[in-house]
Amino acid sequence: MKGTVNKTSVTKYMTMFSRCTIAAIATLVGSAATAEYGLNMTEGVTDISKQVYGLHMMVLGICIIASIVVYGVIVYSLVKHRKSKGAVAAQFHESTTVEILWTAVPLIVLVLMAIPATKTLIAMEDSRNSEMTVKITGYQWKWHYDYQGEGVDFFSTLSTPAAQIYNREEKGEHYLLEVDKPLVIPVDTKVRFVLTAADVIHSWWVPDLGWKKDAIPGMVNDSWTEIIDGPGIYRGQCAELCGRDHGFMPIVVRALSKEDYKAWLEEQKNSI
Amino acid sequence: MATVDTADHHDNHGHDDHHGPEPGIMRWFKTTNHKDLGTLYLIFGLTMFFIGGAMAMIIRLELFQPGIQFVDPYFFNQMTTMHAIVMIFGGVMPAFTGLANWMIPMMIGASDMALPRINNWGFWLLPAAFLLFLSTLFMSGGGPAGGWTLYPPLVLQTGDAFPFVIFSIHMMGISSILGAINVIATVINLRAPGMTLMRMPIFVWTWLITAFLLLLAMPVLAGAVTMLLTDRFFDTTFFSAAGGGDPVMFQHIFWFFGHPEVYIIILPAFGIVSQIIPTFSRKPLFGYASMVYATASIAFLSAIVWAHHMFTVGMPLAGELYFMFATVMIAVPTGVKVFNWTATMWRGSITFEAPMLWSIAFVILFTCGGFSGLMLGIGPADFQYHDTYFVVAHFHYVLVTGAVFSLMAAGYYWMPKWTGHMYNEKIAKAHFWISTISVNVLFFPQHFLGLAGMPRRIPDYNPQFAEFNMISSIGGFVFGISQLLFVWCLIKCIRGGDKATSQVWEGAQGLEWELDSPPAYHTFETPPSEELIIKHAPTAH
Ligand SMILES: [Cu+2]
Repeated sequence: MKGTVNKTSVTKYMTMFSRCTIAAIATLVGSAATAEYGLNMTEGVTDISKQVYGLHMMVLGICIIASIVVYGVIVYSLVKHRKSKGAVAAQFHESTTVEILWTAVPLIVLVLMAIPATKTLIAMEDSRNSEMTVKITGYQWKWHYDYQGEGVDFFSTLSTPAAQIYNREEKGEHYLLEVDKPLVIPVDTKVRFVLTAADVIHSWWVPDLGWKKDAIPGMVNDSWTEIIDGPGIYRGQCAELCGRDHGFMPIVVRALSKEDYKAWLEEQKNSI
Repeated sequence: MATVDTADHHDNHGHDDHHGPEPGIMRWFKTTNHKDLGTLYLIFGLTMFFIGGAMAMIIRLELFQPGIQFVDPYFFNQMTTMHAIVMIFGGVMPAFTGLANWMIPMMIGASDMALPRINNWGFWLLPAAFLLFLSTLFMSGGGPAGGWTLYPPLVLQTGDAFPFVIFSIHMMGISSILGAINVIATVINLRAPGMTLMRMPIFVWTWLITAFLLLLAMPVLAGAVTMLLTDRFFDTTFFSAAGGGDPVMFQHIFWFFGHPEVYIIILPAFGIVSQIIPTFSRKPLFGYASMVYATASIAFLSAIVWAHHMFTVGMPLAGELYFMFATVMIAVPTGVKVFNWTATMWRGSITFEAPMLWSIAFVILFTCGGFSGLMLGIGPADFQYHDTYFVVAHFHYVLVTGAVFSLMAAGYYWMPKWTGHMYNEKIAKAHFWISTISVNVLFFPQHFLGLAGMPRRIPDYNPQFAEFNMISSIGGFVFGISQLLFVWCLIKCIRGGDKATSQVWEGAQGLEWELDSPPAYHTFETPPSEELIIKHAPTAH
């Protein structure tokens, strides 16, 4: 390679490189659009999920800026300081000033990053003042939902037919992300979840809610959500390896308006 | 194999009591020679790299399209589990130990490792361990399928293979501990007079610190898996809440081993590129002392951040905050490393031989893995990233384009020294370019998959993930096959090629370059002079 790269091709590479960079940044800035193409984290439908998304974008931005600086210096060196261009090596190997600088600057950036992250983490872990509680139990390989104090509980199992999984039928839009009976919760309500498992560790994850939490046999974890973006269907999956059918125990959350939720709950109570 | 043709070199030594290698195949079983054992370790690591790679090919084949096409989901889980253990304990770690064996005595002017018989035992435990480990695939109930992290209670559902898996992990652990003790004993005791600690090549430093991490981490793993064994067979309930135990405690113990383990794999890689970049920049390593301190800081921090692997298990808030702060701190010394490599290249006189190409790719791509690591360290965001393909992308950037790329760099860098022949630069460069492009095609889209919501360790997925999985699989097949170019290049180099000088590379520094290529079977029987040591010291210019 050395010596064969003439000036025009270097310029060509540099143009290509800068075009790619611009394209990458444009893609990242147009985050709403990228979400549709499945390139980026979802903003989700809760205050917490939006905060998490904000943190993600902030750190990603910092990483992109830092990588442009570092990679820029590396690429500059590789282009300008090559022997084939007659570069003669300098012999410096120390500089206390820059060493202090590049220790201190990242440290300051980290502290600035940690402040909003700490705030969000504190909010995520505050499950007080919830209006209702659902107990979630993971099984190999299905979920069980128990509406605490309501006498309503049911299992939620994958409803994708085996024929689709084994490629005998066309796969549907919600292939592997559909269940016989979804978890139904009201919007604009602080819902607390207590999570446990019956056999091995599972993890309950709906990306639109902004978090996952492990369901551990013999232990009880808690978490909470409050859907603020209105009714809808939000899908997720078990996130902790739990055996053969780990990939086949999805989660579907159906968020209803408060009135519709009440009606649904009454219907469930009556049908028992 | 590399040293076979050095067999009659001992005649030139002028010592009567030194002999060359034993003739015949028994040489390789009985050898206590650091070069022979280095070769064995390296060949073993390469073999395991291909076995673990074949498992990765099965994984990528099944993930090529949505739906179940080729393997049962349970076998898929065996593949992900065994791929990880084979690559980490069979591929990368033995390969680094092989480099330590070959290079450390030559770099510090010692005649051999301090504990040659332990060295032999440490190596020969490995083929036994991995024969046993791989044989579990054929046992009733199949091989381990609970993930390489061996989380209970899932791992306790393993079939007949269970005790054999545990025993093989014990053997791998003993082998690592023996290797670590040997490195420490050698570096502490066998440095040539005048080879002060701060005159040691940076590779020796990183390995010394790694060895201490190994001594810290491996016994903890041994303890954890022993508790799994007694939980399964002797009615203990260390990890069962029903008996007063705690499944999360296993995760704490495991990651107390597991996080230092990550740095056990990457610190020697730092050492390697810190040797190679100055050579081909024709400029001393920038900030040698700060590199040593950064390595030590990273090692220390690596032992106190383990629970960032388990933000979602339901730790108290204070714990989550502590592990988040401690984790992102690692970015500081790691940043120092990257800046030092960059400053080393700055105003150098750079050429692009294969070892340098692999090292530059290491710096760029490892940094990419470092950035995603920083993102994962942000606790609240980790509640989204955790256990998704974003994590898979992250640790493969660190382990493949990090550790494995550094091993390739090291392979090409020292191959002329080991074999006495120059490798074929054309094949090496083809290997580099095909690998570097395909490895990014393989792993970069996995960031998107994870962010879009695809969990890791699943054999099938919603069609929204189909395009990126197919791209990733194609990259995987090309990357896998292109590694055969390395084998071709290696075999060609062993069998012949341009004669290598003792210096090999114009800008290379270090005592190993004073020795013949290939070096005699026994080297530095008489320690090198202090002048020679000072001439080659990393900061001497
Ligand atoms: Cu599960």
